[in-house]
Amino acid sequence: MGDSTSVNQSLSHLAQLESEAIAIFREVVAQMANPVLLYSIGKDSSVLLHLARKAFAPEPLPFPLLHIDTTWKFREMIAFRDATAEKFGLDLHVYTQPQGQADGLTPFSHGSARYTDVMKTQALREALARGAYDAAFGGARRDEERSRAKERVFSHRNSEQRWDPKNQRPELWGIFNGACGPGESFRVFPLSNWTEQDIWQYIAAENIAIPSLYFAKERPCVQRDGKWFMVDDDRFPLLENEQPVLKRVRFRTLGCYPLTAAIESDATTVAEIIEEMAHIRVSEREGRLIDSDSPHAMEQKKREGYF
Amino acid sequence: MNTEKALLRFLTCGSVDDGKSTLIGRLLYDTASIYDDQLTRLTQDSKRIGTQRDGLDFALLVDGLEAEREQGITIDVAYRYFSTDTRKFIIADAPGHEQYTRNMATAASVCDVAVILIDARFGVQTQTRRHSFICALMGIQHVIVAVNKMDAVQFDQAVYKQIQQDYLALIGQLDIPDVRFVPMCALTGDNVVHPSEQMPWFRGQPLLHYLHGIDVQQARAGEHFRFPVQRVSRPSASFRGYQGRITSGSIQVGDSIRLMSTGAVSRITDIRLGEQSLSQAQAPQSVTLCIADALDVSRGDLLVDKQHLSQLSDRLRARVLWFAARPLEPGAQFTLQFLTKQTRARVERLHHQIDVNSFAEVPAVMLSCNDIGVVDLRCAESVAFDDYVSHRETGAFLLVDNTTGQTVAAGMVQRALPRAGSASTPAAAGQSDVEGNPNANIRWHVPSVTSHERAAVRGHRPCVVWFTGLSGSGKSTLAHALDRRLFDMGCQSFVLDGDNLRHGLNKDLGFTPESRSENVRRTAEVAKLLTDAGIIVNAAIISPFTEDRATVRAHLSEAVDFLEVFVDTPLEECERRDPKNLYKRARAGEIANFTGISSPYETPVAPDVHLYPAKDSIEDCVEQVFQALVNRGILTQT
Repeated sequence: MGDSTSVNQSLSHLAQLESEAIAIFREVVAQMANPVLLYSIGKDSSVLLHLARKAFAPEPLPFPLLHIDTTWKFREMIAFRDATAEKFGLDLHVYTQPQGQADGLTPFSHGSARYTDVMKTQALREALARGAYDAAFGGARRDEERSRAKERVFSHRNSEQRWDPKNQRPELWGIFNGACGPGESFRVFPLSNWTEQDIWQYIAAENIAIPSLYFAKERPCVQRDGKWFMVDDDRFPLLENEQPVLKRVRFRTLGCYPLTAAIESDATTVAEIIEEMAHIRVSEREGRLIDSDSPHAMEQKKREGYF
Repeated sequence: MNTEKALLRFLTCGSVDDGKSTLIGRLLYDTASIYDDQLTRLTQDSKRIGTQRDGLDFALLVDGLEAEREQGITIDVAYRYFSTDTRKFIIADAPGHEQYTRNMATAASVCDVAVILIDARFGVQTQTRRHSFICALMGIQHVIVAVNKMDAVQFDQAVYKQIQQDYLALIGQLDIPDVRFVPMCALTGDNVVHPSEQMPWFRGQPLLHYLHGIDVQQARAGEHFRFPVQRVSRPSASFRGYQGRITSGSIQVGDSIRLMSTGAVSRITDIRLGEQSLSQAQAPQSVTLCIADALDVSRGDLLVDKQHLSQLSDRLRARVLWFAARPLEPGAQFTLQFLTKQTRARVERLHHQIDVNSFAEVPAVMLSCNDIGVVDLRCAESVAFDDYVSHRETGAFLLVDNTTGQTVAAGMVQRALPRAGSASTPAAAGQSDVEGNPNANIRWHVPSVTSHERAAVRGHRPCVVWFTGLSGSGKSTLAHALDRRLFDMGCQSFVLDGDNLRHGLNKDLGFTPESRSENVRRTAEVAKLLTDAGIIVNAAIISPFTEDRATVRAHLSEAVDFLEVFVDTPLEECERRDPKNLYKRARAGEIANFTGISSPYETPVAPDVHLYPAKDSIEDCVEQVFQALVNRGILTQT
């Protein structure tokens, strides 16, 4: 972004967002003892990782990556994750909630709420505690959901990793108060001020690699409640008389494949996605099932320690 | 689609029910920033819990946390985003509730523009004053006053004009250079994004038009270069870079910079962003800087423009906004946190509180939650910083509670104070009263030759004879005559002439009251040094203010006598003599702040010696002063 600007010419909004994110990464590394980057493989994580590497170059990334693997991610996501770690020489840690895995917990058999609680929320808390991380970078954005609009960039968590909306520190001038008691930690969101549109424009401007699931392709799908789901492997329990059909689809967000709806699309490049975005009329969380469980689903999950 | 948009951050402030949430919802809706599923939910919510019987309740779009929705008020800062073809906007939604000064200040700290809502039915309220004051305090330069709910006053121009007038009267007391007004009805969208058909008398533009027009970034890039070092990067022996964000100004490869902590100068050899090398960079870019020399730079240091320096001191005066439930009291200790620099600090003094409603300074012994006051802080070490008005990011700090880790105050530097141990704080000399002070590197050395010993050798004690009076009253003449008499009898004496000092030591000072005080202070410092060396000092200096003269007296060692000599020549006589033609020029308006003409002279109430050169001879006058010295026992061998 930087080389195209000349002195006393306004910086673009992307250059300013980039600068803000880089400053946040550096500040955490300067102040905290043991940070980690939560890597969830999607477009936001790709941007997050790109910014982190840009913040410290020519140094290697001064913290590890952590991926919470529910075992129900799209197969291509896992392949992309491992290839990315390989390509950039990243220190990648993967954690799966052992009890849930032993009990064979699936989104189909136990419902999305229970499954998400154990395999995502609980798993994350366990992994962060085991690593004794005092700061965890996440790719959440304030524009994603109403209750996120009030989330701090540096979100303080008590020793139970809980978020107390009444006990958050005011954030003035971008000064980060990283004072941290024993067992306490921060969740840090460098992309707080980015919107979905900013993310896509930045991916285009910086030529950032993302999983091909974001691009339209014919994929085997079934329709449930009016939404298309991809049958990514043979664990997908088909109903009687249900046959996957090939649909030209892509994904707007990536998560566990049984919980992530596809959208019909012809966009096969980032430029086409941006063009499509300009006309799209539903928010990206519409494709995620966990939000619609209860009116304040997101907020409750956050208090419990979900990202 | 345009990917090179500008970015503008603004906050919205208003009292409860001014229609703030409605305005934000309307901005999002009219700029097509709301998706269909959000609109569907808004429609459902509007029917279920909305306050607008028929239409959409836009406020429901932006209310967030459960508890707030139930209470119907916004209790924290919420951030919203929308963009147009040319700009991305970040809205910091500041609450209107009475006790949440903190949240509004937080929102304002990251914004450049404030939209202040006024309900057309009620006009300028106490809270309008408060919100405007906080905006000014936080350095907001652009205010747009949205006179909302014009529909409720039949779109009456007279109502709007009256509010405009009332607000201009209010803002005149504050330092906000750019104020604009828009009459609107946020509920129906009149003058928000689209022009209103209901108010043809309004010749201005809708709110969004103004938000598009304000350019804040140019101004910041044009300021002096400041680069707080966040982190030193040393991945290998061959690379050493300083990571940070340019908070103001710009920099090019080859530019000279200064390291504030040591004053050392070096040259920029590389500006890096990721894998790229840039030839130049500007605020607010995050970059990595490489310099030509191996200076001892660490986190918290400040790299600045070689010519335009920051301030460096361990003491500072600042406005603080107190956030904690327990009060702020003098003596309290905190962690003081600038953008990248942390140090321990103690509140030396609480000067006063500022009433956010009347803007008046009121005496205070402590600050309660949401109070604003002026304090002196003493740090455990010297820190580089700027005053907040000229450099926002490098003049702002937090106070953090050492026990709880909570952020308890936001601070804005007004100015640096003389360092601890320097002459202006004699009581602090040699003490280390900040707990765990690791860096009190300036110590007061007690001289081994005492003033008694010096006096015994010289045959007199040191003292300061301070000649004060109008310009042209005869101060210098008398001081030099006394000097001659003392020298001839073997005393060591010396004249400090105000005019002469202004050619060297004080040549950077003008004649404003502040400069005059500083002039006196410096002269007093030199006088003190000379008396420490055992010399009789004859100071000839207008020193028009009683307080300054008292300060000089208080400032000298107890063993040193101070004689205030009032050279009482009437103004008419001085003006008649006018040896330097200064009075004529002052009368002609060519010289500002001229004592006796356009600046006051505070007559000494009880001078030690009162001279009348207009009727007595020079010899008589000198004799009077000489006798006073004898009477005081200054001249021990006469």
